[in-house]
Amino acid sequence: MTLFGYRLPMMSSLIVWCLIWEIVGRLELVLLFPPFSGVLAALVDLVQTQKFWDATWTTISTFCIGMVLAIVCGVALGVLMGRVKAAENLLGMWVNVFASAPLSALVPVLMILFGMGAKTIVVSVFLFAIWIIALDTQAGVKHITPSLIDMARSFGAGRRDIYAKIILWAALPEILAGIRLGFIRGVKGVVIGQLLVSIIGYGELFEIYSRSFLMEDFWALTIVLFAFALLVAELVGMLEKRIEYYAGVRQ
Amino acid sequence: MVAVTRKFPREPHGEDMASLESIISVRGINKVYPGQVHALKDVDLDFPAGALTTLLGPSGCGKTTLLKIIAGLLAPTTGDVLVKGKKVTAPGPERAFVFQDFALMPWATVLRNVGFGLELRGLAEAKRNEIARRYIKQVGLSGFEDKYPHELSGGMRQRVGLARALAVDADVLLLDEPFSAVDEQNRRKFQEDLLRLREIERKTFIFVTHSIEEAVYLSDRIVLLSRRPGQVSQIIAPQIDRSGTPDEIRRDRAYLDTVEEIWQGLRQFVD
Repeated sequence: MTLFGYRLPMMSSLIVWCLIWEIVGRLELVLLFPPFSGVLAALVDLVQTQKFWDATWTTISTFCIGMVLAIVCGVALGVLMGRVKAAENLLGMWVNVFASAPLSALVPVLMILFGMGAKTIVVSVFLFAIWIIALDTQAGVKHITPSLIDMARSFGAGRRDIYAKIILWAALPEILAGIRLGFIRGVKGVVIGQLLVSIIGYGELFEIYSRSFLMEDFWALTIVLFAFALLVAELVGMLEKRIEYYAGVRQ
Repeated sequence: MVAVTRKFPREPHGEDMASLESIISVRGINKVYPGQVHALKDVDLDFPAGALTTLLGPSGCGKTTLLKIIAGLLAPTTGDVLVKGKKVTAPGPERAFVFQDFALMPWATVLRNVGFGLELRGLAEAKRNEIARRYIKQVGLSGFEDKYPHELSGGMRQRVGLARALAVDADVLLLDEPFSAVDEQNRRKFQEDLLRLREIERKTFIFVTHSIEEAVYLSDRIVLLSRRPGQVSQIIAPQIDRSGTPDEIRRDRAYLDTVEEIWQGLRQFVD
């Protein structure tokens, strides 16, 4: 973007919004919006507390465990549905329902099943992420050129070789696209799960801050969370660029 | 494309073929697809060792189906496929397939694609790369070992497919319309290369095509299949002197007569 002939650096519009926020905060119009400088100060304080790092560790570890499980199970489920007609008929509808359902509604049920702890967060990350991974994997597996499988068979490939050397590779662009969407859903899962459980991780901090009207800390934590989500999306986006290159060159 | 230019004596032609030992026989093949689509009906054929036999017919006559049955990729509804007198029901190392759409792995280099058949047989990487390089050279793709299929032209991709089939050193090469997805110039070059390759590779070729000219130009024997349900309607052994240049062959009296004869035979199947 250019303004009066000057080239503005990226994200410079953020500065404008921060200034507006600062002014609104200084005017003390709403209790909800403390001045932005206060939020920044709270952010600096926040990252120095042990509690923040404990919460971060809880968030990242539950997110990673949930995602690994979702990827492993989602890809397996997708391959099964892509290769076995009966599995597709039996499971396809449910996977589609879960992929589009508002899963937040299930988190309270998960709390009853898995307790008020990290286990529930892992399960909610898993449930948010797995379905889209399964659906994309299925689409990828179903669109494999049949001659590629014939080719492997004609050169003597057994069932294991066909899966490990052909099917997974041929469906890789779709699988990775599914994983990218799964990551984005997984971030929602970890945040919503923590907010609803609200006694561990960031959820606990949010609960404390909002209940005590510590608005500076509340916003500081929100910024951290947004940054976390943005970071994950950016990382996956970088990965996707390489996948897209690969997907584009398929025959 | 082929380094060796030494001429081997030509195969005996025509009726002599029948007396040659047949390496592949099909007996009473019927293929009915779900929905009562009768693709092949009572097909009995012998494929002489060392000859190039073409399956020719109108589209939808089941020629590719027959080739895939011979390859063991499709099961016939009834009937048997015999390789060297033994019944087979699955793909085997004595047969190698060249696919119409090349069937190359887009994520693998030319080298790995060519060596894939050997990889599946458990050959060590160094050994299979050595063999793969040799056949890449033979099909004229030296220098392209580390390229990916999408970086190659259609003709070059099919050369990779051919090199892959040659690398496993099968006795019989099954080619399913290998040049149909290749442009006309490349196709002619490819046909000439295939003729020369035959002379150094000493293999049996079974070739599916819908091009009469291609069939006559390349084949020792041409099997004409009728429209669905596919049946053997005629077997022709072109008596063409292939010692001349490609242009001379294409202007040869016998070549032109055979093309005409086949066209008359196939005409009835065309709407």
